Amino acid sequence: MSHRRFHHPEHHEPFAFNAASEDQIAWWERKYPSERRASAVIPALWVTQKQNNGWLSEPALRAVADRLGMTYIRVYEIATFYTMFNLEPVGKYHFQVCGTTPCMLRGADKLKDFCERKIGPKGHVSGGGKFSWVEVECLGACVNAPMIQINDYYYEDLSIETLEQLIDDFASGKDPQPGTYVERQTSAPAGPPTSLADEALYDGSKAKPLSVVPNAPKPPEPAQT
Amino acid sequence: MTDTVKLVVDGVAVDAPKTYTLLQACELAGAEIPRFCYHERLSIAGNCRMCLVDWVGAPKPIASCAQTVGDMAPKKDGTPHEISTKSPRAIKARNGVMEFLLINHPLDCPICDQGGECDLQDQAMGYGRAASRYGENKRAVDDKYMGPLVKTIMTRCIQCTRCVRFAAEVAGVDEIGLANRGEDAEITTYLEKSLTSELSGNVIDLCPVGALTSKPYAFNARPWELRKTESIDVMDALGSAIRVDARGPTVMRILPRVNEEINEEWISDKTRFVWDGLGRQRLDKPYVRENGALKAATWDAALKRAAEMLKVSGDAIGVIAGDLADAESMKAAKDLAGSLGVKSIDCRQDGAKLGMAADGSKLPRESYLFNSTIMGIDEADAIVLIGVNPRKEAAVLNARLRKAWLRMVPIALLGERVDLTFDYNYLGTGPDSLKDLKAGHPVFDALTNAKRPLIIVGQGALTRSDGAAVLHAVSAMAAAAGAFKGGWNGFSVLHTAASRVAGLDMGFLPSAGGKDVAGIIAGAQSGDITTVLLLGADEIDTSKLGRANVIYIGSHGDNGAHRADVILPGAAYTEKSGTYVNTEGRVQRAQRAVAPKGDAREDWAIIRALSAYVGNTLPYDTLAQLRAKLGADHNSFLGLDFAPGTHGGSVAPPYGTAGSLQSAAFTTPIKAFHLTNPIARASRTMAECAELAAGVSPAVAAE
Repeated sequence: MSHRRFHHPEHHEPFAFNAASEDQIAWWERKYPSERRASAVIPALWVTQKQNNGWLSEPALRAVADRLGMTYIRVYEIATFYTMFNLEPVGKYHFQVCGTTPCMLRGADKLKDFCERKIGPKGHVSGGGKFSWVEVECLGACVNAPMIQINDYYYEDLSIETLEQLIDDFASGKDPQPGTYVERQTSAPAGPPTSLADEALYDGSKAKPLSVVPNAPKPPEPAQT
Repeated sequence: MTDTVKLVVDGVAVDAPKTYTLLQACELAGAEIPRFCYHERLSIAGNCRMCLVDWVGAPKPIASCAQTVGDMAPKKDGTPHEISTKSPRAIKARNGVMEFLLINHPLDCPICDQGGECDLQDQAMGYGRAASRYGENKRAVDDKYMGPLVKTIMTRCIQCTRCVRFAAEVAGVDEIGLANRGEDAEITTYLEKSLTSELSGNVIDLCPVGALTSKPYAFNARPWELRKTESIDVMDALGSAIRVDARGPTVMRILPRVNEEINEEWISDKTRFVWDGLGRQRLDKPYVRENGALKAATWDAALKRAAEMLKVSGDAIGVIAGDLADAESMKAAKDLAGSLGVKSIDCRQDGAKLGMAADGSKLPRESYLFNSTIMGIDEADAIVLIGVNPRKEAAVLNARLRKAWLRMVPIALLGERVDLTFDYNYLGTGPDSLKDLKAGHPVFDALTNAKRPLIIVGQGALTRSDGAAVLHAVSAMAAAAGAFKGGWNGFSVLHTAASRVAGLDMGFLPSAGGKDVAGIIAGAQSGDITTVLLLGADEIDTSKLGRANVIYIGSHGDNGAHRADVILPGAAYTEKSGTYVNTEGRVQRAQRAVAPKGDAREDWAIIRALSAYVGNTLPYDTLAQLRAKLGADHNSFLGLDFAPGTHGGSVAPPYGTAGSLQSAAFTTPIKAFHLTNPIARASRTMAECAELAAGVSPAVAAE
C-alpha cells in the first residue's frame, strides 16, 4: 500500500519551499539544538502542507527530510501516522466531518450522507478543486455536535440545511463565519437564556439601599451593668 | 545506596542490578518470560506486551521488558517486591495478549518458512488459547519489496518493530519503518526500496514470525529436516561463528551463531547468502589441459601431469595461496614447496606488505594482528581508521564500531571517504595526512589522552608498493600516541582474507631469494617461473601468467581454474574440517557439513597425494598428523578459539621498514562487497546484490 499511496500524478510534481515556509521552518528549528533539529518535523510538515495547498506530496516529504537532515522513512512514518497530514490532494475547502459518538448521536451520519451527495465520495476532490471531505475521529467539540472542521476553523451545531448553506457560500466565494450555527453563545446552552432573563434585573430598579453592610464590623454590645 | 535491588520472583529471592529490566531480573531468578519485541541487543520498545508479569500489589500486570528494576520504588515496610510470572493474573494477561496478536495473524503455518522455528508458533503453544474466538475478517497487508534477500509476507507481521530498530540502531541505515497507525500499521521500506545494509539478512533472524524470511531459501526446506553443523565463516577475516544447515549433500542455508567475541549474533549478507554459490561452478573432477582445452581426467592422470610440471628446478616454481585456503592445506603446500626447494611461495595475493620486512626478515606476530581484539573495540575510547572501509571489509566489525560511536567514542578516518553508517572526523585521503598525525593535531591528542586508543589499519594502506613504509609510519604513530601500554595494544590490522593470518603465522612467505606474488607473476611472464601452483588463488591477474604451467587446486571454476593446465578439485569451506586464523590471531576450526562435490577431495589430501607423485612424500597420512605437525612447527596454532591480544607478544613497534611514503590516496581493496571470492562470484544471490549495489536495476522487480 505504501507504494500505491503515491500513485497520484500530482505526486510527481517537484516541490520547493517558498520564502515564507523557509522562515517558519527556520523559526521552529531554532527551538531545538542543531543536532536535534529533527524535532521540528511536525511543524515543518504542517508548514509544508499549508504551502502545498493542504496536502503533502512525495517530493514535499523528501524536501522536509532533506531540510531537517532526516531519513525519508522517518518522515514518512510521521506523515502517515498523523491524520492531520493529507497524503492525497484535497479541495480548497477540506471538510473534516467528525463521526465520533457524540457527533454521531447528534446527526453526523446525516452530514456524511449529505457530503457524499453534495461533494462526492469520501477523499475525492470535486467542484473544480474546491471541495473534499473526510470523516475524522473526535475533534473535541462534542458540546457543539455535530461539527465539521473546514480548513482551520470549526463549524458547529450543523444541520443539513446549514451545511448546504455553508457549501453554497464557499462555492460562491463567500467566507462564512466559523462557530456555532444555532442560536447560542459559543458552547453555552442552545437557545436564549432561560434564567436571569428579567430585564429589570439589570436596570437598577430592583436595587434597594442596604440596611446592614455585609461583613461590616459589628457595633460594640452595650456594656452590661 | 546499593547497586542491586532485592526481588522475590515466583518465590525465588534475587539481587538484581538496578540497571536490569524486570524481564532480566526474572530470568535471573530462573523464570521464563515470553517476548516478541524485546531483544537484548536492541532498544526497548515495549509494544508486544507479551512479557507481562504480575507485580503483587500493582493494579495491573506490567510489561517486564520496559520496567527498570532500579525504578521500582521500595516498599514502605522494606520487604522486597514480589513478582509472579505464574499467577493466574499473569497467565491470563499473556493469554489475552496472545489472543490479540493472533487475531490478525494468518493461520498459514503449514506453508510458512518460519514454521518449526517460529517464536509466535512456540509461544502460542505455550501461552495461547486452544482456539480462536474471533469471527470477524482478518486484515490483510500487501507484501513489500525489500530487495533480493528478504522476502516479506506482511500479513504475518505482528509489528514488534525489531527489524526497524535493528536497521536504525545496529545496521545504521534508517531504511525500515512502521507506516500508518492502528490497524493499518505496516512495516515497509521507503517506497519499497531495497535494503542497502550489508547486515540486512539479520532481520530475518530477528523477525519472531514469518513476516521477514530468507528469499533465496524460500520453500526449500523445513528446519527439522536440516543437519546442523557449527562452523566458521571465511567470507572475511573475522571468522564469524556460523551454523551450516544442510540436507543430504546440499548446504541449504547459513545462520549465525552467538560469539560475543567476534560477531555477537550478526553475520553479513555475504556470509549468510553465499551458500547458493557452493552448488554452482563447482570443480567436481580433475581436469587436464590438452591442446588448449581442459578435458576431464582421472586423479591419477591429473596428479601425474601435475607432478611432471613440478619436476623442474625449485627456482622455476611459484606457489600462491588464496584467500579461502585453510591452514592445513597451506601447511601441506608449504612443506611440499620446501621439499622441492621452492623459495617463491606467498599467501598475500593482494600484495600486502605484511609478515616480513623488506630485507626478508620475519616480522613479529603483533605486526599483523588485530591486537586490540574485536571485543577491545567495546573498550576503546578513541579510534582512528587508516586506509580501511570496515563496512565493506568486515561488515560485522563495522556494527561494533558503530556501537562505539553510539557510546560517543570519537572516530576518525584517514582514507577513502565512505559512508560507514556513522559520523567520523575525516583526516584526509592518504599518507600526507598520516604525516600530520603528531603532537598538536587534535585527533592525535585525543589518542594520547585516551585510556584505550585504537588504531585500525586496513589492507588498503598496506597493499601498496609503499605498504611497508606505511606500516612503519602507522605503527610508529600508534606507539607515539600511546597505543601500547600495560594490558592494551591498540595497533590493529584488519585483514580481508580468511586465510591470511594463518599463512603469515606459518611463514607462507617467500624465503631468501624467493619472489612474492608480484614477482611470481612477473617471473611467469618473463619465463623465469615455469610452474605456478595456485592453492585457490583467484584474485590475481591470471591472464599475466605467461606461458607458465598452472596447477590449480580449488573448489570453484573461477579465474584460477580458467587459466589452469591441471585442475585438482578441492573442497569448499563447508566440505572440510579446516583451521582458520582470524584477523585477531584467533585459531578456529571450520567443520565439515557436507561431502566435497563429485570426485573432489580435501585440499591437504590432494597435496599429500601430489607429494607422493612428485616423489617427496609428506610425512603425514591423516589430518590429525598434519595438525600435530602444524602445531609442532608453529605453536600459535595450538591454542584454539583464543585471541592473543596483548598476550601474543610484545615486540615493540615500529614494524615494517621506514621509507618514503607516496602521496597517492588509500583505497579499499574491496571494489564489490558481494563478489570478493570464487564462492561469492558463483552465487546468483550475490550477483543480484552486487548489481543492486552497483546501481543496476534488479532483474526481478517487486513480486
